[in-house]
Amino acid sequence: MSRVGTLLARETALAWGKGGGPMVAVGFYAGVATLLPLAVGSEPERLAAIAPGAAWVALALAALLSLDRLFERDYEDGALDLLTLSPVPLEIICAVKCLAQWLATGLPLALAAPIAAIALGASPMLSGLVVACALLGGLAFAFMGGIGAALSLGARRGGLLTAVIVLPLFVPPVIFGGGALASLAAGLPWSAGFVLLGAYAAAAVALGPLAMAAACRNALS
Amino acid sequence: MIPVPAFLSNPERFMAFSRWAAPMFGALAVILALAGLYLGFTAPEDYQQGDTVRIMFIHVPAAWMSMFVYACLGTASFLSLVFRHALADAAAQAAAPLGAAFTALALITGSLWGRPMWGAWWVWDARMTSVLVLFLFYIAYMALRAALDDETKAARAAAILALVGLLNLPIVKFSVDWWNSLHQGASVFRFDGPTVADVFLYPLILMALAYMSAFGSLWLLRIRGEVWRRRAEALAQRAARA
Repeated sequence: MSRVGTLLARETALAWGKGGGPMVAVGFYAGVATLLPLAVGSEPERLAAIAPGAAWVALALAALLSLDRLFERDYEDGALDLLTLSPVPLEIICAVKCLAQWLATGLPLALAAPIAAIALGASPMLSGLVVACALLGGLAFAFMGGIGAALSLGARRGGLLTAVIVLPLFVPPVIFGGGALASLAAGLPWSAGFVLLGAYAAAAVALGPLAMAAACRNALS
Repeated sequence: MIPVPAFLSNPERFMAFSRWAAPMFGALAVILALAGLYLGFTAPEDYQQGDTVRIMFIHVPAAWMSMFVYACLGTASFLSLVFRHALADAAAQAAAPLGAAFTALALITGSLWGRPMWGAWWVWDARMTSVLVLFLFYIAYMALRAALDDETKAARAAAILALVGLLNLPIVKFSVDWWNSLHQGASVFRFDGPTVADVFLYPLILMALAYMSAFGSLWLLRIRGEVWRRRAEALAQRAARA
């Protein structure tokens, strides 16, 4: 257990402290949220209609942005080779890496999400659900995104490839989270989408590490 | 293991089988397509859709094939991942562009059909959306395959992705259906002939069989080409070493 704890501390410190940490993801998020009204038009009623969904899809894009450093650095400097030699199974190592990714980018993004949603014109009463969806969705984005990041190890133009692999996998969580937010905004029961988002996140956490570990072993072989 | 892949897993036997099976399937596809198109174009006009109903004979089998080919791709990827069989990997690699082509054909003909029927080139209907996502899965598979230089690594990475996609496709389908029921609207435009009249059903079945044969023929041809390419590469490497 202490090994896993040490690893989590290392990964979180790297993800949080190096290369701008959560600043970059939140900055990107703020940038996308700023561009949206500039493209769509600033009329409050038009913006308010798309605000929760726009904040949500910007979040998915921001989660995508920081995926490329999840495995690539460790792969290039040989740390991933050393990690595979440890007694901890590679599946657990991959899961810890994704968890650290979630702590370093998912949490700050979840805190920034309601601000962006309100700035775009969403009702402040949505904030609680926006944060909850962002937390759960961030977990799904981190673990599904990790699969793409691990598969594109050693590829030319890895970052772009990760995006192409991962975006179709983001379809269900984007739909479920967006559905929950749209239902609450319309005053309808929202729990179905939220529960489905949770189920998808749980499945991603459970099954994602298997695919990631297989992909890492393949890249290192 | 399934009997058919087991029989064909021997490369020599596969090459001997595909040598005559590929052209035979091709000829079968041409005959079936001619019969299907003839029946399709001589069928009476639909009372609602008029002549445009004939797009169905091109469109619907393509949509079926887009899913069938992904199932083939997933099965081949599974066999190549578990048994590390080179021929299964060649089969997966050969199936991907064919599947993408069928999916693109389904999307394009669907769009051409949608314009006169719904008055729009594209409607975010549940089925169209999930076929579009399926197309994205094919693109991701081919992009990953192309981006890795080492062929054995590319093969295994692509096989992992194909299996991840195979698990995800039912979820995507479910989520898109759920999303569509949330947003309502498209259900009115759906073409569900609960009972398709026989005059339309027979050409449809013939065209589906023609597509299937064409896929079989092209798939075998592409696998043969891949086997030859790998042999040539191995020979070139041996010659370079000597």
